Formats: sequence, C-alpha cells, structure tokens
Amino acid sequence: MEKLKMKDVSLTYQSLSGETKALEDITFSVSDGEFIAIVGPSGCGKTTILSLVSGLIAPSEGEIFINGEPVRKPNGKVGYMLQRDQLFEWRTIESNVILGLEICKKATRENKEYARELLEKYGLGDFKKSFPNELSGGMRQRAALIRTLSFRPEILLLDEAFSALDFQTRLAVCDDVYDIIKKEKKTALLVTHDISEAVSMADKIIVLSQRPAKIKNIYTPDLPVVSPLKRREEPTFSKWFDIIWKEVSK
Amino acid sequence: MKNSDLHRQFIRKHRNNKIKILACQIGVLILFLFLWELFARIGIIDDFIMSSPSRIIKMFGALGEQHIFKHIGITVLECILGFTLSTVIGSLIAIALWWSVTLRKILEPYLVVLNSLPKIALGPIIIIWVGAGMKAIVTMAVLICIIVTIISVLNGFLSADEGKILLLQSMGANKFQILIKLILPYSIPNFISVLKINVGLAWVGTIMGEYLVSAAGLGYLIIYGGQVFKLDLVMASTVILCILATLMYLAVAIVEKRINKKRR
Repeated sequence: MEKLKMKDVSLTYQSLSGETKALEDITFSVSDGEFIAIVGPSGCGKTTILSLVSGLIAPSEGEIFINGEPVRKPNGKVGYMLQRDQLFEWRTIESNVILGLEICKKATRENKEYARELLEKYGLGDFKKSFPNELSGGMRQRAALIRTLSFRPEILLLDEAFSALDFQTRLAVCDDVYDIIKKEKKTALLVTHDISEAVSMADKIIVLSQRPAKIKNIYTPDLPVVSPLKRREEPTFSKWFDIIWKEVSK
Repeated sequence: MKNSDLHRQFIRKHRNNKIKILACQIGVLILFLFLWELFARIGIIDDFIMSSPSRIIKMFGALGEQHIFKHIGITVLECILGFTLSTVIGSLIAIALWWSVTLRKILEPYLVVLNSLPKIALGPIIIIWVGAGMKAIVTMAVLICIIVTIISVLNGFLSADEGKILLLQSMGANKFQILIKLILPYSIPNFISVLKINVGLAWVGTIMGEYLVSAAGLGYLIIYGGQVFKLDLVMASTVILCILATLMYLAVAIVEKRINKKRR
C-alpha cells in the first residue's frame, strides 16, 4: 500500500533579496512499512522535504498525499524526530511521552496506557517518573521516539535524529531506534548527511542534487534486512557506501 | 553512604569557610554602627545632622506614638499593589505581544522610548490625572515596573527553543497550545527573576510616589523628617524600609525555591 506520495513537488522560498528555489519536481512514493533515507549535499533542502510532509509549509507546486489524502496543514499524522531530543525538561518522561496525545486531544485512558506500555516494552518503565536530565543521551532519544510513537502517527520523520550524539552512542541508538520502528511496523523517512547511516538503515535511498534539489537517483541496496550494526558488517556494505557517496559528491 | 576522612575534612572546611564569611558580614555591620556611635559621641560628626545608632533606637521607641504601624501598613499595601498590578498586567501584555508579531512590531518603538523615559517625570501628570493620593502612588509604582516587566517577560517567551515549537506544530498544535504547553512553563525561571527585579522597582516607585504626594507612609515620614530636620526619624524610617524590602525579596526567594524543588 502506498503510504506517502510526493507528486511533482516544487518549493520556492521568498525573501526580500529574491527567490530561492529549494526543491524542483520531487516525485517519489513510500509504501507501508518502508524505511526511506534521503541524502544529499548539505543545505540542499533535505529538511524542507520533511517540513512539507508534516504540512508545516505548503509546496509552491505539486501535491503531497498521506494514505491518499492530500496534506494541507499539520494534523498529527506524522511523528517528527529532531536532531536534539527536545524533551521538555520540566515534564517527567511519562508526561513527555503523552505530549503528542495531549496536543491531538487524544489523551484518553487507553492511549495513555498504550504510551506507558511502550515505555515498559522498550526499557524505560523504571524511568517513568524521572526527568529528562536524569537520563543518558541514548535513553533520551529513545524516549523521544516513544513520544512520537505514542500518538500512532502514519509516518515517522527523522531529521538528522542521531547527529547530536557521539559516535559510539549513535551506533547503538541507530540500532535501538531501527529495532523499535521495525517492531512497531512504522513507515519512516530519514534525512541524514551521514551516508553510512543511510546505507545501514534504509530500504531505499533517495539521492538529492545541489540546490535547487532534484532527485538524482533512487537506490534499493540489495542488503539483507538486519539491524544497522549487522548491515555494517556485510561485505557489500562498502560497495553501496561507495556508490551513494560518488552519486552525492558528483 | 560511608564518608571517607577526606570527604569529612572537605565538608568541615566548607562549613568553616561559610561561618567565617557570615562572621565577617556581621562584623562589618557592628564595626560600622560602633564607629558611627563613637564618632557621634566624641563629636567628630554632628549627631544632629548625621544622627547616631543610639538616637535611632530611641526614635524607634517614640515611633509608636507616630502611628508607625499605620505608616508601614500604607506603604506595604501600596508597594504590594504596585508590584502585583504591574506583574499581572505586564505579563498579559507580554503574552499579547508574543501572540501577535504585528502588534509587537508596531509597539516596539514605543516600548523603547517608554523604557528609557525617567518615569518620575510623569509625576505631575499622574497627580493631575488620577488625583493626589494612594492611587497616584500605586500608578507611579506600576509605571516604573511595567515596562521592564513587559520587555523581560517577552524576551523570556521569545527565547523558547525553535525546535520545540516545530515539534509541537508538527503534532498539529495551535498557538494557544504552544503557549500553554511550552512557552509558559518554559518561562517560569525567567519569570521569577522578573519578580525579583520588580520587588526592588516597586519599592522605588512607591517611595518616589510618596515623596510626590503622600500624607502617610514611610516615604512621607522620610520627607517630613527631612523638612523638619529630624534626621533620627529619616534614619529610623530608612532602616524599617530596608527590613521590609529584604522581607519581600525573601518571600520571592522562597517561592523560587519551592518551584525549583518541584521542577528540579
């Protein structure tokens, strides 16, 4: 089933000094349960795609569909994970996790129970009453993921979600997040500048060009569906890294 | 947990240091009072003009006849009214300015001008417009506090993390939800520092107002004492003022501690 579809999407930013064309004719679709990575040179407008999908900004041309319905404004259908975990320091982990439910006015007892179950299931049960500053970076990122899962979004958007972590933690958190996303059978769109991260996690990799960003190529690496760490050990991993890297820097 | 000798030593050192500082603080005060009294007694300074600790203490005894508690009550009431009104109204205006970027841009130059204007210059206008009395004094206190309140509270609001706003928006949050869930709780520490500034400013406003118009209150006693050359009265009132201002500051500090404990 087609979860997300971008059809001939272009975006032009207006500013006093002129117009900047950020995206040009972006067309791709994501099917249910797929993990897509978007890579490209820095500043090419990768994050803009996520803002479009979440409905925070409207495309200048073209349309975006989630489950066949056009996206017009933010409506709680996407779960956004940002570079920093953005947990609210004054809320406990439990109350951070139900933030999305409160915003969507879906904070019913069953939904809250679901959020608590997710916390238990993914090892944060003992930290329900803790505050974010009492958790390690990896655990905070996991709490942030559960926060986005708790209101059952259609699509997860990960915007450089791991790049604020140190390398060691980052590998572990990647594994962790990937595992949770697959277990919960979520569709995910990852934006990253880290090619090895993209190759280790994604089913499909979209390579964007310099600004104005066009789709240069879409790759489907023939790598086994295993955890990111395992994938990094695959013999063909470096081949795919090389292909994508050359495509990005071409 | 068992403490090592080294840790015990560290704690003792820390405590000794604290005691030393407190002792010095009290020492400075005692030395100051002692020298003041001494110089007044041996005639190096004229205690009619400079007063002296013993005369001030004597004055305290006599103040009972001056209905001192009525004066204190009036001043404290004016100060608390000015403090509360300016904090509440100022915060509401700050919320409005956060809400509407257009309004913020329109009012910005006015805020800048009003902020740099010495509010005491408005004294005569206030007296004519609201009448010479408690109203004028409270108005003065409010005018002095409110601009700073608006500017500081608004700056606190605007320093909220863009990423957190983006996160809430992506969940479909409206402006009101962003205000309630993020901006207000995020701004509490900043708000408390605004309260601390306002305590000081409210006292400035109240006493200034009393200098201008009052018939009662500590500011009135100070002005009156100055006019009839009763420096003992001026000094005694000033001491009382010091104590009251400290108490009010401590009250805010206690509120801060409570909130911090809750939030960590």
